[in-house]
Amino acid sequence: MAQATEPLLSVKNLSKRFPVGKNFFGKANKWVHAVNNVSFDIMPGETFSLVGESGCGKSTTSRLINRLITPDSGEIIFDGQDIAKISAKEMRPLRSKMQMVFQDPYGSLNPRMRVQDIIAEPLLVHTKMSPGERLKRVHELLEVVGLPPTHGERYPHEFSGGQRQRIGIARALSVNPKLIMADEPVSALDVSIQAQVLNLLRDVQEQYNLTYLFISHDLAVVEMISDRIGVMYLGTMMEVAPNEELYSNPQHPYTQALLSAVPIPDPTIEKKHVLIEGDLPSPTNIPSGCPFHTRCPHATEKCSAEVPPTIEVKPGHFVNCHYPGREL
Amino acid sequence: MAEPLLEVKDLRTEFKRGKKDWITAVNGVSFSVNAGEIVGLVGESGCGKSVTSMSVMRLHNKLSTRISGDIVFGGKHILELSEAEMQSIRGNEISMIFQEPMSALDPIMRIENQLIEAISLHNKELSKDELHKRCVSALKLVGIPEPEMTLRNYPHELSGGMCQRVMIAMAMSCEPKLLIADEPTTALDVTIQAQILALMEDIRNKRNTGILMITHDLGVVAETCSRVIVMYAGNIVEEAPVKELFSNPQHPYTQGLIESVPKLGRRVHRLPSIPGSVPDLAAMPSGCRFAPRCKYAQASCSEALPKLVKVAENHYAACPFHTNARKEA
Repeated sequence: MAQATEPLLSVKNLSKRFPVGKNFFGKANKWVHAVNNVSFDIMPGETFSLVGESGCGKSTTSRLINRLITPDSGEIIFDGQDIAKISAKEMRPLRSKMQMVFQDPYGSLNPRMRVQDIIAEPLLVHTKMSPGERLKRVHELLEVVGLPPTHGERYPHEFSGGQRQRIGIARALSVNPKLIMADEPVSALDVSIQAQVLNLLRDVQEQYNLTYLFISHDLAVVEMISDRIGVMYLGTMMEVAPNEELYSNPQHPYTQALLSAVPIPDPTIEKKHVLIEGDLPSPTNIPSGCPFHTRCPHATEKCSAEVPPTIEVKPGHFVNCHYPGREL
Repeated sequence: MAEPLLEVKDLRTEFKRGKKDWITAVNGVSFSVNAGEIVGLVGESGCGKSVTSMSVMRLHNKLSTRISGDIVFGGKHILELSEAEMQSIRGNEISMIFQEPMSALDPIMRIENQLIEAISLHNKELSKDELHKRCVSALKLVGIPEPEMTLRNYPHELSGGMCQRVMIAMAMSCEPKLLIADEPTTALDVTIQAQILALMEDIRNKRNTGILMITHDLGVVAETCSRVIVMYAGNIVEEAPVKELFSNPQHPYTQGLIESVPKLGRRVHRLPSIPGSVPDLAAMPSGCRFAPRCKYAQASCSEALPKLVKVAENHYAACPFHTNARKEA
């Protein structure tokens, strides 16, 4: 990383709630609190990952950042500009700087378009290239992601899941973005293919000096790809730490429980699982204070009454807990 | 040693495609499951692991499927039974749980009625009261805290983990000898997955049920199974006790699979990966089906399909160039 002093993306106190249910007058009376006061920075050239279980708000966070939805409050500073409240028209040119890679390689490619047209579409929107230049660029990109340029003539159904994900990556790379947001890019793929795609993401990051916001529920994948990690639970950021620090020294009881629950593909390791009781509470009715207190073994009255402060336990390691560092 | 609970011999399952074409999804698979044993059946999508389990339950459409070989369960040859005889085995002696707990339950029936439907099918003599008691005890077995309340709920009122518990309760309600679990935790979050896996082991210990655990997750296999069968493109490529398989994998595919999984605590910059992708069922390479992706492949590999050979005690691999053989050479 070259003198990365300014973050490429800085998210401050971001919140979003969605209405569910309406009263007699058509006014919403129940809300899903999808994202609550989330803050983090992403430095240029680094991979920042959001992990958490389903419904924790990690995907909503990425949709807020590329403004597919508008946040209720908070700031999103991308490349020096606050984009939290700008109009769709103002947002459009910025989209060439932030591209998405999606989870479902079957749903995210138009089945009626040829692969070369799919990859060229961002170029059509964001550049003034001639058709010949676009095709040349498409052929370059196909080669970068490890597909023969002749495959551009084909349609998506002719490709396997892993190859489609490569096409999705080529499309994201087409406009030379600074930030790539990858929402569960490998969770729909088989393990042997998953490794290929993770390696490809690594390679293109080094080649084009890309910054990633990586979203996943798989802690082992996140450990492989990330520089820094944020753990989310019910819309709240629980812990942010550099990769090694988080895995070797988790401070939040939720992070500890999450790490302990991951099955290890090595039967010689006798692992003691610390099972946390109960299910995720509904996001329409988030527990008061610390959202994890209903399942936390250390919870006290303070946890249900007060929202825990953000404590910096070590430089760069932040945790939102009243009693950080207690062993489960 | 006692008779195995389930023995599958040379199972071949073919599906009709078009008017005359048949494609082979399972190509001569043999294995057994003992009582009280958890056997893992692993492989990537399209390897035939689910088709194998559906064949054991005889759930395939008869008109478009051809099944050959022999499946012996409790002394009965399953493939020769009539539909009525099969019906008395399904759910009663062999049960199955599926990947999607939310969609496997009927959304417009209360949990109690769904459980009663499963129980009364095989126990017609039970009274209403007795059925209710059976339902309560079934839910207690799977660790549901307030069974009386849960019985009155509809599936949408329960979380994914609770639905899977109900599915397991339903599957266990007639005390089957064999439980087939097809990706039981794939749709669940890790903390819930850990709860469900612990529950399945607990049931095995209490009831001495044999469990065939179908999964693609090597972590789940390593933690729950005692023996593992690895499938690739319709064939078994390796079978071994779990510790042996992970510490000493013999087939190049198993090796590649184990290496390509990112592991907690082992930080690597790049993951070793298996090049290429799984071949299409309709266009299988001749000979060893893994040969086009295998780094040890030789000309002879594409000539004949390798048979499972014994490489160590209880350890079989379908590759003439398995690790031990390569070490000797």
